[in-house]
Amino acid sequence: MKSLRFLIPLGIFLTLVVFLGVGLHRDPREVPSPLIGKPAPAFALTRLDDPAQTVRRDDMLGKVWMLNVWASWCVACREEQPLMVEFARQKLLPIYGLDYKDERPAAMKWLSSFGNPYDVSLFDQEGRVGIDFGVYGVPETFIIDRQGVIRFKQIGPVTPDVIRDTIEPLVRQLNG
Amino acid sequence: MAKWLTFLGLVFGLCVSQTWAKEAAPAADDPVLESRMLHITAELRCLVCQNQTIADSHADLAVDLRRQVREMLQQGQTDQQVVDYMTARYGDFILYRPPFKAITALLWVGPGAMVLCGLGALVLILRRRNQLPDDRFEVDEAEPDEPAKGQPADRV
Amino acid sequence: MIPEIGHLALWLALGLALILGVLPMVGAWRGREDWMTLARPGAYSLAALVTLAFGCLLASFIGNDFSVLYVAENSNSALPIQYRIAGLWGGHEGSLLLWMEMLCLWMVAVARFSRHLPRPLLSRILSVMGLICVGFLLFMLLTSNPFDRLFPVPADGNDLNPLLQDPGMVVHPPMLYMGYVGFSVAFAFAIAALIGGDLDAVWARWTRPWTTVAWLFLTIGIALGSSWAYYELGWGGWWFWDPVENASLMPWLLGTALIHSLAVTEKRGSFKSWTVLLAILAFSFSLLGTFLVRSGVLSSVHAFATDPRRGLFILAFLTVVIGASFALYAWRAPTVGLGARFALISKETALLANNVLFLVAAGAVLLGTLYPLLLDALGLGKISVGPPYFDSVFMPLMAPTIFLMGIGPLARWKEASVPDLARRLRWAAGVTVVAAVLTGWLAGEVHLVATFGLMMAFWIFTSVATDLWERIRPNGGGLAAVRRQLGTLPRSVLGMLVAHLGVAAFCLGVVMVKTYEVESDVRMAVGDTTTVRGYTFKFNGIRNYEGPNYTAAQAQMDITRNGALVTELKPEKRIYRVQQNPMTEAAISPSLSGDLYVSMGEEVDGGAWIIRVYVKPFVDWIWGGCLLMALGGALSVSDRRYRRKQGGVV
Repeated sequence: MKSLRFLIPLGIFLTLVVFLGVGLHRDPREVPSPLIGKPAPAFALTRLDDPAQTVRRDDMLGKVWMLNVWASWCVACREEQPLMVEFARQKLLPIYGLDYKDERPAAMKWLSSFGNPYDVSLFDQEGRVGIDFGVYGVPETFIIDRQGVIRFKQIGPVTPDVIRDTIEPLVRQLNG
Repeated sequence: MAKWLTFLGLVFGLCVSQTWAKEAAPAADDPVLESRMLHITAELRCLVCQNQTIADSHADLAVDLRRQVREMLQQGQTDQQVVDYMTARYGDFILYRPPFKAITALLWVGPGAMVLCGLGALVLILRRRNQLPDDRFEVDEAEPDEPAKGQPADRV
Repeated sequence: MIPEIGHLALWLALGLALILGVLPMVGAWRGREDWMTLARPGAYSLAALVTLAFGCLLASFIGNDFSVLYVAENSNSALPIQYRIAGLWGGHEGSLLLWMEMLCLWMVAVARFSRHLPRPLLSRILSVMGLICVGFLLFMLLTSNPFDRLFPVPADGNDLNPLLQDPGMVVHPPMLYMGYVGFSVAFAFAIAALIGGDLDAVWARWTRPWTTVAWLFLTIGIALGSSWAYYELGWGGWWFWDPVENASLMPWLLGTALIHSLAVTEKRGSFKSWTVLLAILAFSFSLLGTFLVRSGVLSSVHAFATDPRRGLFILAFLTVVIGASFALYAWRAPTVGLGARFALISKETALLANNVLFLVAAGAVLLGTLYPLLLDALGLGKISVGPPYFDSVFMPLMAPTIFLMGIGPLARWKEASVPDLARRLRWAAGVTVVAAVLTGWLAGEVHLVATFGLMMAFWIFTSVATDLWERIRPNGGGLAAVRRQLGTLPRSVLGMLVAHLGVAAFCLGVVMVKTYEVESDVRMAVGDTTTVRGYTFKFNGIRNYEGPNYTAAQAQMDITRNGALVTELKPEKRIYRVQQNPMTEAAISPSLSGDLYVSMGEEVDGGAWIIRVYVKPFVDWIWGGCLLMALGGALSVSDRRYRRKQGGVV
């Protein structure tokens, strides 16, 4: 039985290998959001296309909606945009854009070049609303329910898999 | 009169155009606040350049967050309130120093436990080893030269 | 044509490595002399093929052959020649070829300098090294071929990352790899001895110099990396507990434990199974480091472009090599003899306790590095473990280790007496406390933690002095007697003293710079000055110039103290033309008592610049200490006993 203790290094090592193997399939850089299940932060932002009009968080209560964070300087957003436009055609839920740390003219131009799936785009020039939502890498997408609680966050561009397997079922469920 | 004014003008012009060497002003507007801000943000991880602190990083988000912290400190918030603000939005990942919670207990207690167990096991094993009969040991082929009193042991 | 020759050479090398990995090993088992004699020529031929491949890649870099994908990714025709050469190990595939080349160099050295080893042992050792070669060659040929072609051929390359265009970076990876790979020799010796059952004091004497040389290269490699970060990154940081840095520190800690353990096994025949385990662990952590850096499992600034498929291969390779080694250990270690007897209080115990502490330190670093991964894999969320954790865990672990460093060398083999040690060390203890407090006071303020750290440094200084004193004045006597004694000091003892002094210097540097460094961020217009710790820094304007592959704005700064000019410093802000990244080049004025460090921030309105000024006391003692450690290792290895031609017992 004394020889059993010589097996300890092997035992510890094999456990380690299992964890490393699992780790290979995770992304160490991805930061999950602590806001899931919590109310969306309050905001009051002007519309991108109309600085005179303001949209507030509470205006959105009572409906399930999607918030997509984008910017004209964001390269990955260009890849995502065709998918967003396609998704918007289904009219599953209102899609609002959050134009993050951008300039109005450049942003408007970008929408006309790459497509505008948004019912409305909100203009967050300083990025403060972005910070409140825990945005750290554009594009990001949120699904918010009727009570104003964040139910889902996608970090990075949405993919067809994510839309089909996560977003559509969730929206249907939240819509009742 | 005109000559006098011209003379004054010349002197004045000379004074203004000369660059007097002066003590450089601190880069920050409020060094005390700045130092507090840097102290707090040095313990926060930049989420874009994930191997730098928010204090050091040049990423846009880091610049924005430093500005945010400065404003919060100016409003009179405490260090803890600033940290709570950050973790509410970005989770525990943003903390450079992992918090002491149930899931990080092993992390914080681990090294100390390892030392105690390791040294404890060492003492136990050595004691037991010394109780073994002589025939279990190898003969001391090269007796270490017994040095005289006060001498160091033989060569390493 | 040349890349294809290189590629072919690698395939041939794989075949040869397979033969080398199998035949001599089986030959040793079966007693077949003809297969065992294949080992040395096999090693030489394998090395020749790998060197050929290395040469082909080198030729592609020097010749600017951008049809080779790897060259196009890491080089550029405007790149100065030394960086075209260094570009070879600037990326993943090429650095693997460098690893292979180092492995072959070590293999050749073992084959060349081991005529005195019994043939079966040598055959097994070279076979083990051959098998490791098989693993790396397969990895390269199947997933990371440096000779892949690129069509259409680009007009010019991507350029080497500007951060790597620096003399330090040219030397740092080769030194590190010499260390990592060098531990494979101790590993091979350990495996061979476990298989053959000939694990004894003589085995330890043969293994020790190889391990010490590998260790000293690793020490230099880590020191180079740290000092490079210090002067290149622009804010004077020198250690970040980054996962890749940790991946180099862990083998170093284990290698240090191994060297000390080998000393005991060589001298007293004790700790044999423990030493063998350490030898396996040191190389295992080298391999683990390879995995961590290249698999994408951890995020790090140092990580190579990551690919989970490559990660999977390395993990499989790791599992096979390390798993088999630990299994072999579990099977054979119980049969290894106990060695000589020793008391609970003895030099042996001190060294054994030291080993435990180093192992725990390595374990703590591993725990902190992998913990985020652990939690994530278990679905328990994401945390990050940064320098605050490592600093608060590592320093307290080192304190008892350093305390033991003072006691161990003075303790007697077999049985030591605590009162005797206390008496011999009382002078050292007293001076330690006084010197620590005095230093703090002279530096300006006495801090509690800093004083404790200084005590650690001075404890080593004074105990080394005590040890030396006892050795050179055994019977009292005058200067002539002392001089004679000094001459008879074995190099291994001298090596130990110098290496330990290196640790003391390192501690001193770390404590002084962390406690007493001063920083000043100021906005400087032309003619402005700022004063830090008595040094006055004056900004005299900007000079713009064109470098070979960059454009620079160079600040002209004068530093004076009490009115007298101390030095001129010229920090720069460069834009590298190809990748268009801005880089900061700090300007440093080093001295024994500390560095003056200036780096540029941004230009602000009015032609003024944000300038960062630092005074860093004793910071160069950090790397000076590391160099001393390496020097100590080199002195040890040159000891007379290793220069004996025959391999007889002492």
